[in-house]
Amino acid sequence: MARGATTRTSDMSDDVLLAATAVSKRFGGVRAVEEVSIAVKRGSIASIIGPNGAGKTSFLNMISGFYRPDTGSIAFDGRDITHARPAEIAHMGIARTFQNIALFGGMTVLDNIMLGRHVRMKAGVLASFVYWGLAQREEVAHRARAEELIDFLELQDLRKQQTSALAYGLRKRVELARALALDPKLLLLDEPMGGMNQEEKEDMARYIIDVNEQWGTTIILIEHDMAVVMDISDRVTVLDRGRKIAEGSPAEVQRDPAVIHAYLGGHHEQEWAA
Amino acid sequence: MRIEVTLPQLLRRNAERMPDRPALREKDLGIWQPYSWRRYWEEVRDFASGLAAAGFGPGDKLSVIGENRPRLYFAQLAAQSLGGIAVPVYQDAIATELAYVLDHAETSVVVAENQEQVDKILSLKDRLPHLKLIVYDDPRGLRNYDDPILKPFEAISAEGREFAASHPGHLDAAIAEGKPDDLALFSYTSGTTSRPKGVMLSHANLLSPAAVLAESEGVRPNDEHLAYLPMAWVGNSLISLALHLWVGFTVSFPEKPETLQRDLRELGPTIALAPPRYWENALTAIMVRAADATPLKRHIFDFFRRVAERAQLCVTEGRPVPLGLRLQRAIGEMLVFGPLRDQLGLRRARLVYTGGAPLGAETFRFFRAIGVNLKQVYGATELSGLCSVQPDGEVDPDTVGRLLAGMEARIDDTGEVLVRSEGMFKGYYKQPEASSEAVTAEGYLRTGDAGFIDRRGHLVIVDRAKDVGKLADGTALAPQFLENKLKYSPYIGEAVVFGGDARPFVAAIIAIDVTTVGNWAERHNLPYTSFQDLSARPEVRELIRDEIRKCNAALPEPIRLRRFLVLNKEFDADDDEITRTRKIRRRFVAEKYGAVVDAFYRDAADVELSTEITYEDGRKMMLRSTLAIGDVDEPGLDSDVAAPTARLVPVPAEG
Repeated sequence: MARGATTRTSDMSDDVLLAATAVSKRFGGVRAVEEVSIAVKRGSIASIIGPNGAGKTSFLNMISGFYRPDTGSIAFDGRDITHARPAEIAHMGIARTFQNIALFGGMTVLDNIMLGRHVRMKAGVLASFVYWGLAQREEVAHRARAEELIDFLELQDLRKQQTSALAYGLRKRVELARALALDPKLLLLDEPMGGMNQEEKEDMARYIIDVNEQWGTTIILIEHDMAVVMDISDRVTVLDRGRKIAEGSPAEVQRDPAVIHAYLGGHHEQEWAA
Repeated sequence: MRIEVTLPQLLRRNAERMPDRPALREKDLGIWQPYSWRRYWEEVRDFASGLAAAGFGPGDKLSVIGENRPRLYFAQLAAQSLGGIAVPVYQDAIATELAYVLDHAETSVVVAENQEQVDKILSLKDRLPHLKLIVYDDPRGLRNYDDPILKPFEAISAEGREFAASHPGHLDAAIAEGKPDDLALFSYTSGTTSRPKGVMLSHANLLSPAAVLAESEGVRPNDEHLAYLPMAWVGNSLISLALHLWVGFTVSFPEKPETLQRDLRELGPTIALAPPRYWENALTAIMVRAADATPLKRHIFDFFRRVAERAQLCVTEGRPVPLGLRLQRAIGEMLVFGPLRDQLGLRRARLVYTGGAPLGAETFRFFRAIGVNLKQVYGATELSGLCSVQPDGEVDPDTVGRLLAGMEARIDDTGEVLVRSEGMFKGYYKQPEASSEAVTAEGYLRTGDAGFIDRRGHLVIVDRAKDVGKLADGTALAPQFLENKLKYSPYIGEAVVFGGDARPFVAAIIAIDVTTVGNWAERHNLPYTSFQDLSARPEVRELIRDEIRKCNAALPEPIRLRRFLVLNKEFDADDDEITRTRKIRRRFVAEKYGAVVDAFYRDAADVELSTEITYEDGRKMMLRSTLAIGDVDEPGLDSDVAAPTARLVPVPAEG
């Protein structure tokens, strides 16, 4: 699973797909995210790590437009999206999966994926209802894309299964398929391996790498499993209590004393005190 | 049948005669995509030329590894077109076994399905001095691999088209030069006890059983087959390669192993071949679903299942099916059997085979009862997979059918089945000694199975030859054969037969089937409290005696059962008496119940038995009991003597 170092550079060039500059977010008195800046290169896998409550998901929610930053700005593909609505952002090509699976449980795997294509459909309600001309051609084209994703994520045997009946790891995979159905340029994955066993984690890591390689999709990943993060990321950003405390290649981050302190320091002190 | 062509010559013939008919079908992105015979040939042609460009020539070996995929079939035929040999290997083989086979076969080209297989082969590369090229089908995940030995399938085909342009006629000449007796395929036998052996098969070897089967079973070009068995199994090559090319029917490949059931149902193949385990699993799945159904549905299923089995019994015993039963069966066909076959993907199945190992009579009867034309076949890799089939109308769970035309069988002095056929292999690759041991001077293959030929001319396989023993008078005794006969009775759950170690007669320990015997007891107003109590009842012993008599009636005099004992417990895997896959551990049982065996031959009327029972929570108990031994031929005596039923004294085991 080791990846070549070819795409790993630390300079900020014009090849940045997503740039967040000094972004902050408060909830009442809580400073969830404070002055965080990050630049994600096109075609890379960037990870955001940090202890619980570090502000990782809040940060991701600002990129996807679910939260609006109090200060700072976010640019995607050269356009300012700081104040864009989630639907606009989805249209621009940012897709995400959720920490807690958000599928339509009563619908089949195929329908959930087709739903992900919805953003890319143009035919109106009436045309779709009549199912003729453009609507039909569109439906066929979108189904073909959905089938590619089913093939890619090896969901062939589950096409017509209700998602609520699937095992947890499989539902995570369906959620990834639905996000990919948007044909995103940037994919936001919020703990894609949370709650998975070792084998499922390895599978998921393999899929993430394959998505990145096959379609050049840029990926921002929040994940707690350090082994996976260090294995598949080009760049790692570390947040702690809303602030960015470190950034760099996996190797650099692992050596960073601030990171070691954030992850282990507190516990060590407590242990010694006790 | 004399074979005059090679496999690649047949492919060309089919491509000329029926260019637009579907030869292969593969499900891609959820849609069945056909490959016409013309396309099949073109793909083989280009890949073969590509192999030629890479220096592949006569006698070279090409291995394929992966699930059934069109390109793996293209690759095999491409190798054979150049006079090379296809060596399909098991896709789930462990690395050491794979390394052994690929090295032993001196494979120079491996065609792998996907990254998983490529990784496996790359990891073995250093141990495979003959390996020159690895070709992959599915490029996924292989983008960043830069080993020069690795090439995509398309690249070889593209090189092939260039090569063909600059060397016109090269491939045509190679195919035309092919002789039916040239080697076409190495099939490595799965070695359970020794290293795998490479069975060398020629084009004629593979085609002759196929041709005879096509003739006798009436295989037609509009038949359909779904290939999902391992490509390395000779049965798969026989159907999906030799028979497919010979007859020209369509072979389809499942989308994924996991989608098999759905793909079967969508396609409705007319020819199906599966090992016993498949049928057993299918039956279990049906039973589980029936048990989960609503009470009404369950009752309908149970009722018509019994109807079907009663009707089936009439058919096998040659009696006419009574009108009432026939009517009930017709209703059952509409309500249960038809839909069930549809669910199994067997609605259109005409020729359904089980082979590779014996199939339990109960499973066999069930599928026949619901209208699946399931038939036993018998063969060996050394015979290109096939030598006998049960003809329609002569199906019987006990036999493996009639020998195919042109094949001869005889039984040697030890009871071993010897077979001679056109499919007879050309020897084990690089193992001339093993080859000459396997074949007799007259050219018969030693199958390693013990058996006989019954009155109808059917071959009956009774056991592995090494398990067969002899009675005191020298009569051969195959315990498994008798046990299977006994288990044919619904009341007998398990049976272990003794006598093969030069004893004067045959005796058996019987474990009753508690469900059916319990049911029988209720119907006959026979009260009982427990398994031990039920099994010790003289009435039950009488019932079992009758069942043994029925079984004896069909047996030759010397191997009829004389004495028996109804055991007071079931054979249990927790007590090591039976394996988890329900195979009797014969030697262990003989040792554990030595006292019983002793009593059988001492002519004792009963036996004092201490049985250790292991409960599921691991606690052990000793059961002391006196069990009566039954004599099959003396009915009066036993019921007089058997006044006291066995006393059961549970005591905690010491320590």
